[in-house]
Amino acid sequence: MSTLHTVNKSPFERSSLDTCLSVVSNDSTVLLIEDGVAGALQNTTASSSITDAMGNGVKFAVLGEDLGARGLSADRVMDGISVVDYAGFVQLAADHDNVQSWL
Amino acid sequence: MPLEVNGKSYETDEEGYLANLNDWNEDVAAALAAADDAELTENHWEVINFLREYYEEYQIAPAVRVLTKAIGKKLGKDKGNSKYLYELFPYGPAKQACKYAGLPKPTGCV
Amino acid sequence: MSETKKFVYMNRKAPYGTVYALESLEVVLIGAAFEQEVQLVFVDDGVYQLTKNQSTDGIGMKNFSKTYSALGDYDVNQIYIDEQSLKDRGLTMDDLQELTYEDEDDDWAEKSSMKLVNREQLAELIGNADVLLNF
Repeated sequence: MSTLHTVNKSPFERSSLDTCLSVVSNDSTVLLIEDGVAGALQNTTASSSITDAMGNGVKFAVLGEDLGARGLSADRVMDGISVVDYAGFVQLAADHDNVQSWL
Repeated sequence: MPLEVNGKSYETDEEGYLANLNDWNEDVAAALAAADDAELTENHWEVINFLREYYEEYQIAPAVRVLTKAIGKKLGKDKGNSKYLYELFPYGPAKQACKYAGLPKPTGCV
Repeated sequence: MSETKKFVYMNRKAPYGTVYALESLEVVLIGAAFEQEVQLVFVDDGVYQLTKNQSTDGIGMKNFSKTYSALGDYDVNQIYIDEQSLKDRGLTMDDLQELTYEDEDDDWAEKSSMKLVNREQLAELIGNADVLLNF
């Protein structure tokens, strides 16, 4: 069963992303939304745990609208994280068997 | 209570402020003033247009103190004082002029 | 009664995801009418409030980042940014908008309101505050 994990909390403030990454399987995707998009930027204290998960085959995406609202441009996003729009969000939800929201 | 201008109806709040910023035009401004028995002169328009520009740039209606200072800088000392502004807008320059400019009530204004 | 107090606003949340940032900004603007000494501190995720080029069309919310540039008009010109918080988030001062004020005592010269601080200086700011407001 593939799962789409959405994380909407900043990794610098809450443990949502860490917990998510500790249980995520390699057929799953982690989508960063709302304040969670902060984790997608290069060279942050969250970068290494995302890189590790990528190494294990976990896919990553980030919602472009939420990046833009926070003044964070797509070219600052870590390699390997794809920037999606709302339609892409819907597509990801449809492509996975289930959605786990780390609220 | 909706405001009727040129056959069109505009939504307002309980104090007569325009509900939607984008509904504003000069006829609407004149109608908002007419509802208070006020007539808009060149001097009024200067302040109203200033407020709209300020809002566009900063996304807020300025407090009276800020408005007074900024008007003085832009339109000269003889206009940048509360006496002048209160004469134009006796119900309070920020409150009344913002209403005619179609802006929300200034933050912190009661 | 008329004594001036030092108000320190601690801003620690990112904008838009929660309402703290906007609430803080509104309290600062309202509070500015009381002519007290005001210092704004941006620490932890609060640093995201000041990023340049915010565009909220996609999320259907008001872009209140423009309002920070009005703070100078309100005589709010002591704005402190925590250096470590920027660093932890892969950001630098270049990612933040430039906030300025016009110095009345210096022929209205335009000056920067922003200052990068380390944790020692942050501790000092907190220690010297008469009133601490947290958002």
